Amino acid sequence: MHMPLEDTLGLNLLAANQHQAEHNREHFDAWELLCLNVMSSPGAGKTSLLERSLAALAGEYAMAVLEGDMTTQLDAERLEAVGVPVVPITTGRSCHLDAAMVSGGLKLLRQRLDPAGLDILWVENVGNLVCPAEFEVGEHRKVALLSVTEGDDKPLKYPVMFREAHCVLITKTDLLPHLPVQLERIEAHIRQVNPRCAVIPVSATSGEGIEAWHQWLKAQVAAIAPAAPAALVRA
Amino acid sequence: MHEVDMTKCLLLSMTEWRQLHAPHTPRVNRVHLQVGAFTCVEPAQLVTTWLVAVRGSWLEGAELVIEAVPLVGRCVRCNATYSPDPEQAYRSPCCDQSMEEIVSGRELRIRSVDYVLPDAISSAAGSPAPTSQASASPRETAPSHAPFATAPAL
Ligand SMILES: Nc1nc2c(ncn2[C@@H]2O[C@H](COP(=O)(O)OP(=O)(O)OP(=O)(O)O)[C@@H](O)[C@H]2O)c(=O)[nH]1
Ligand SMILES: [Mg+2]
Ligand SMILES: [Zn+2]
Repeated sequence: MHMPLEDTLGLNLLAANQHQAEHNREHFDAWELLCLNVMSSPGAGKTSLLERSLAALAGEYAMAVLEGDMTTQLDAERLEAVGVPVVPITTGRSCHLDAAMVSGGLKLLRQRLDPAGLDILWVENVGNLVCPAEFEVGEHRKVALLSVTEGDDKPLKYPVMFREAHCVLITKTDLLPHLPVQLERIEAHIRQVNPRCAVIPVSATSGEGIEAWHQWLKAQVAAIAPAAPAALVRA
Repeated sequence: MHEVDMTKCLLLSMTEWRQLHAPHTPRVNRVHLQVGAFTCVEPAQLVTTWLVAVRGSWLEGAELVIEAVPLVGRCVRCNATYSPDPEQAYRSPCCDQSMEEIVSGRELRIRSVDYVLPDAISSAAGSPAPTSQASASPRETAPSHAPFATAPAL
């Protein structure tokens, strides 16, 4: 009889992804930039928000985008039009970005610029309310979007992403007058699963709430990448 | 559908673990997972994708054993633990507080691995105290399809 062995691991199931994510984060920290993982269900308004924020903040921060998309490069083209470097990452059949894909995107980005000159690296994840929450990519902050058109029950139905988020943006608030939903209820449901995150209602169309969102963002840059904004140093 | 990606990642994590035993390939009988209820993973789905994914690999034949871990919250007001219910917006039944602290339910953990190490066993069978020479001798591990008991003794 052979004695079977047992290793007690207590290792995360996604340990391999986490190791790669930590590796990515070490790079981000060495480059003194803030990395944001922007997540939501399909069409909640990630790209529209980025278009607005990139345009508004371009004078203040040096930024780049890693754009996750299952099949097309349409979002990357939209953001490239704003004048910010964008690296598209097509994920194929995978419904989320993982740390290895982001590492691949970083390699491409480094062929175009030196990331040490960046203040903010945006990662737009694949539109999906479920799995991106479990796959870290090395981000410092998770930003989850929930549009008012999705209904107020989504934080309770898909709680993990909202639990993990540092900031939840309730998007498309300009549509509220046309919908049978109440902002207060959406916000309360987010608070049920995550009492600590920032909750900011915004509209990329009307600009409502965008200033509050940028205030939150600036506080994160100051906390994570406290060096003088690269855009100002270069100026 | 994301269980496929979860399984891929689990296989990568297992391969990282296997490096610890290099150059030997452990023959894994069971992989014990803990999967929390407050994750995006469906245990039954994970077992199915595992069976497909390990086919033909060094993990072929390894059984995936999943312990489902329930979601348990702790009430911020009275410190009591409770089972958060989505129908009740996860609020504590004792004091009607929102779910601040999660005690369990976020686990996605490889708890342990049951395995046999072809070389360690055969050298132990050969002599109770293997010499350093024996343990250092580079020897082929048993091919993964061979029943372990027939692995050549030292
Ligand atoms: N009314 C209104 N519509 C918006 C707003 N933001 C985005 N939209 C619209 O919502 C649709 C989806 O917006 P996107 O920005 O492409 O959403 P996304 O999250 O990037 O989508 P995927 O990347 O495909 O998951 C587009 O038709 C936008 O014009 C908003 O603030 N108000
Ligand atoms: Mg988009
Ligand atoms: Zn209580």
